[in-house]
Amino acid sequence: MRSRASIWNYHLMLLPGILLLIAFSVVPMFGIVIAFQDFQPTLGIFHSEWVGWENFEYMFSLPDSRLILGNTLSIALMKIIAGLTVPFVFALLFHEVANIKFKRTIQTIVYLPHFMSWVILSGVLINLLSLDGIINQMIQWFGGDPVMFLQSNHWFRFVIVSSDVWKEFGFNTIIYIAALTSINTNLYEAAAIDGANRFQRLTNITIPGLMTTVILLATLSLGNVLNAGFEQILNLYNPIVYESGDIIDTYVYRSGLLEIQYGLATAVGLLKSVVSFVLIAASYGLAARFANYRIF
Amino acid sequence: MIRGTSRTVDIVIYSILTVIAFLSLAPVLNTLAISFSGKVAAMSGQVFFWPVDFNLEAYKSVISDRSFFTSFGVSVQRVLLGGAINLLVTVLMAYPLSKSNKHFPGRNIYMWFVIFCMLFNGGLIPWYMTINTYGLLDSIWALVLPTAVPVFNVILLMNFFKGVPKELEEAAGMDGAGAWRTLVTIYIPISLPSLATVTLFSVVGHWNAFFDGMILMNHKENWPLQTYIQQLIISVNSIMNTTDPEEIKRLSNMSSQLLNAAKVMVSMIPIMLIYPFLQRYFVSGIVLGAVKE
Repeated sequence: MRSRASIWNYHLMLLPGILLLIAFSVVPMFGIVIAFQDFQPTLGIFHSEWVGWENFEYMFSLPDSRLILGNTLSIALMKIIAGLTVPFVFALLFHEVANIKFKRTIQTIVYLPHFMSWVILSGVLINLLSLDGIINQMIQWFGGDPVMFLQSNHWFRFVIVSSDVWKEFGFNTIIYIAALTSINTNLYEAAAIDGANRFQRLTNITIPGLMTTVILLATLSLGNVLNAGFEQILNLYNPIVYESGDIIDTYVYRSGLLEIQYGLATAVGLLKSVVSFVLIAASYGLAARFANYRIF
Repeated sequence: MIRGTSRTVDIVIYSILTVIAFLSLAPVLNTLAISFSGKVAAMSGQVFFWPVDFNLEAYKSVISDRSFFTSFGVSVQRVLLGGAINLLVTVLMAYPLSKSNKHFPGRNIYMWFVIFCMLFNGGLIPWYMTINTYGLLDSIWALVLPTAVPVFNVILLMNFFKGVPKELEEAAGMDGAGAWRTLVTIYIPISLPSLATVTLFSVVGHWNAFFDGMILMNHKENWPLQTYIQQLIISVNSIMNTTDPEEIKRLSNMSSQLLNAAKVMVSMIPIMLIYPFLQRYFVSGIVLGAVKE
């Protein structure tokens, strides 16, 4: 039984973290009222004029709104699908390898891009995809015409999704690999005795063994359909590809901090926060219910 | 696991994995090769994975660039300060939160509060204005305090702490150890791999962050390295904005592609240095923290 004294110690331990959360998470939440104001930085929150839902009405009347929502959803969905399947296939291949040293080396290499920033990787990608970059050199070898990948509305999303896969697939494999190690090895032995070949063991044991993890990850990813990757897109896009690459977060940044439309940007941001919160709560609820998953 | 005699399949699988691993590194290797190449070779796209016309001009130029080093210094300061604060806050929060509600009444209220702060936020503009109101703009504290509570790390460590055998804590309690002593003498030593994992995450997070530096630091000398590089590479106008004639002369003498490649490489060095040491911990750290039975 814990004494009263140690419970007070627990409260004391939590104090710094809670105070920091209040200062930097809770206090900004009150700034949400700007979404309902014609906010003037010189007047501040207390003296700016209240305009009700005007910012929201304006937001829905903008011709760009539909485009931005569409871009956000389509980029996020493509990333979710690719982000579930590529690591899955990679983990299956990886599982078939017996050599521990080889496994370690591969793991170390494929996890690495996860730890590099989008700033650095954009630097790398811009040079890779430039007109005389290595990709265009190869295209020309095979007799093709060079492509302006980052200035083309046709290619931009493809670049965004595939570079995201490149950065994260290794790291995202970790959870599949963990699930694979928990499959009972007796199953493989029994199957081998029954004469199942390698492919049959894959389809009858390994893949079914991973299905719960796949469903869990798919469910949890639903909460992210409004997050298409702010840092990545901010560092790779340019006005030519706004049409195919502008997402909610980049729009809020541009209209808010660069064009100083605080009220509008806060309204857009608020709508996104609320919808995301509901989606995440719902996806965790689903995960808890169907996959017995708890984050704490 | 039983191996069949399917050697061909093995060879195919090993080859595919080798190719994938190579492709994961190829873009970085290409940039590395360019950074060591001659200007003409780099600009005309002759460089693949080996430097052409090897020279160190780009790196010499980076070394003579004072603002690069100023930013490097800001980043180092940020990582040391921010990493230490993150670690302290993570440990102090994870330990009480790992107790059951029975042992620590009020635990669930704290937990819901923390989760709520993780999932919901006021958005960019209110966040920016709050930090502005606190008068933190252009201060190193603007880079370390808003991210001082890494909620994800707290949850990882909390889940790890939950798995620590209760007997250890009871034995410590018998010997008269209070909550603080138990945390320091039992929990911290036993969870070094997990602490290494959360430290890696927060250090990498601080090193890689550029956006807060970009909007919260008005003066160039306060930019962390990633913000500096971001402005250099990404902003099309960055060269045009330079008014220093020496700077313009130096930039025109040097292929900016080459220079950027060298700067990208130098800014990767710290990650490359700590990654191999901490990498062996984080896989088990994540799995232990994320998957519970």
